[in-house]
Amino acid sequence: MKGNDLVPASYYLILSAVLFGLGVVGFVFKRNIITIFMCIELMLNAVNLAFVTFSQQHGQLDGQVFVFFVIVVAAAEAAVGLAIIMLIARNRQTLNVEKVDLLKL
Amino acid sequence: MSFLELHPVLVVSVIKVAVLVFVLMTAIAYITWFERKAVARMQSRWGPYRAGPHGLLQPLADGVKFLFKEDFTPGGVDKFVYFLAPFLALALSLLTIAVIPFGPEPIEILGQKTPLGIADINIGLLFLFAVTSLSVYSVALGGWASNSKYPLLGGLRSSAQMISYELSMTLSVVGILLMTGTFSLREIVNAQEGFYFGFIPRWNIFAAPFPQWLGFMIFFTAAVAETNRLPFDLAEAETELVAGFHTEYASFKFAMFFMAEYASMLTVCFVTSILFLGGWHSPFPANPVTPYLPTVLFAGLGLYVIHDGLRYETVFGRIVLPVLGLVMAVLGAVFAVPAVNAFIQPTFWLLTKVFFFLFIYIWVRGTLPRFRYDQLMALGWKLMLPLAVANVVLTAAAMLWAGGR
Amino acid sequence: MLNIELFLFFLFAVMAVGGAVSLLAQRHPIRSALSLIVVMVSLAALYLLQGAEFIAAVQIIVYAGAIMVLFVFVIMLLNAGEEERTGRSRLAVVAGIPVGVLLTALLAWGVSGGATTQASVETVVQPYDTKQLAALLFREFVFPFELTSILILIAILGAVVLAKR
Repeated sequence: MKGNDLVPASYYLILSAVLFGLGVVGFVFKRNIITIFMCIELMLNAVNLAFVTFSQQHGQLDGQVFVFFVIVVAAAEAAVGLAIIMLIARNRQTLNVEKVDLLKL
Repeated sequence: MSFLELHPVLVVSVIKVAVLVFVLMTAIAYITWFERKAVARMQSRWGPYRAGPHGLLQPLADGVKFLFKEDFTPGGVDKFVYFLAPFLALALSLLTIAVIPFGPEPIEILGQKTPLGIADINIGLLFLFAVTSLSVYSVALGGWASNSKYPLLGGLRSSAQMISYELSMTLSVVGILLMTGTFSLREIVNAQEGFYFGFIPRWNIFAAPFPQWLGFMIFFTAAVAETNRLPFDLAEAETELVAGFHTEYASFKFAMFFMAEYASMLTVCFVTSILFLGGWHSPFPANPVTPYLPTVLFAGLGLYVIHDGLRYETVFGRIVLPVLGLVMAVLGAVFAVPAVNAFIQPTFWLLTKVFFFLFIYIWVRGTLPRFRYDQLMALGWKLMLPLAVANVVLTAAAMLWAGGR
Repeated sequence: MLNIELFLFFLFAVMAVGGAVSLLAQRHPIRSALSLIVVMVSLAALYLLQGAEFIAAVQIIVYAGAIMVLFVFVIMLLNAGEEERTGRSRLAVVAGIPVGVLLTALLAWGVSGGATTQASVETVVQPYDTKQLAALLFREFVFPFELTSILILIAILGAVVLAKR
């Protein structure tokens, strides 16, 4: 698989930007708290794609090590975030962020 | 330039895939027959006996039954997810067969030399684990989509069980990875060639510097838990949550879950024999007698079937069974021809080991009682995970002591 | 002339973008979760296309096979239903989506203008090895590696404490 007729790096980067943009749009517009969290994960994935592309472009493996760490941190964040979401659902009986707007019940 | 000459690899791969899927489906059907017969004998009864001589047409009868039963959809289900779950289960189970190598010698199809096995990617083992992780979804979504409490509970419990045992399963093969240094399944088999002291095979369970017995036992137990078989089948046992996550599934979709379970059972047996028992390498060093074991086995079995068939009850049996026995005896004679013998040896040994593990699966199913859910989870997290980690540490220490790579 | 890599790239790119749009368009969270799994699997295929095989496998095993399972479990346990449609946010949708698209286009233009256009992902696939990745991880990056293990421990403790009754 050598040669210049491969996929240009900019194609991957544009895809990464599109996915990131869609993640931002979803984060702003969606009302269900779990869906908002999933849009965060979408943004993280878009960033991972950019890291891997740059890593291949420069021929170094550092980008892939960073992707590894991003995945690990996303896992930790998902665990704690979902625990918090479960607490919110239990205490406010709703999953709609627009209804969680008072500090005191 | 015909299509074949333009894209030789593609055409040959498609042929291999088609043949393999056909063989796999037939094998799954007859594994169910074998299981029912074996479990029945362990319980002092006959097992299927009526549908064809010795119940040999029972799988066909079951298949016809599944096709013709009413395929209802319960009310209030999420239709897309309800239809997705069994398809996902079957697709993922069949996908794992793609990376398993079946033999060392390349064979020739349509003039193209191609290895026995569909693909040999150099992250073969990781691919297997990736597909196993994805198959948790088929259970969880199947349980949830049925819009009813028993399947939901069964599905959640079963998927929690699967992700717990996935960890031990993955860690237990790290010992082999340390010693072999590659993820590719074909390379792992090739590294197990040869004999120590001339008579102990260099399989991974006997391998220096650290024999992988612990890894083997943890892997097989975790794999039994992954495939939701007894003694870990709390989520789908009839006496427990009705039928667990596939309660609300009717004829064909239930058949798909069923086939997916047996296909993953078969894959686990293949992977265990490849990783730990040396794949297609014979346990006997080169000598003039043992290469004729396939001949002896098939000819002996063929003669027994003829003998039994001639005294069978029904007329149909008295015709079919002796013909079957004759075919097997002729096959045994053909295997004695040296050229065929050399070709058939590796596949024969691989299939023997696979059959051995299948028998253990069925034996365990007929013998042991079921685990309670909390006992099951405690076993997975408190016993098997520490043992798997200990296996990794001990293997690494042994390798360092023995000079390392 | 369409070579196979370009074709595969477009196939998986369309799958990824389709999954992301479906994530936004679906009303029921479980279907959004399934769309996100589709996005992750197509991204794993894209990593494979670039030669990052270990990362592709880790993406499926960890991200799509464990983190998303966690999401699916929580959605099932909380019995999350469909989102209600409120008329209030109609203006936001009408004015906001074009802005979002504009933002994306801006990012994409900046990013592709910056990347050296002719240095394609020259996968002179330096027979990239998992061993090299491991050597890098355990030698230069051993300190962040140990820190992330402590991070995971903290996350486990936090999740257990938070979710207890």
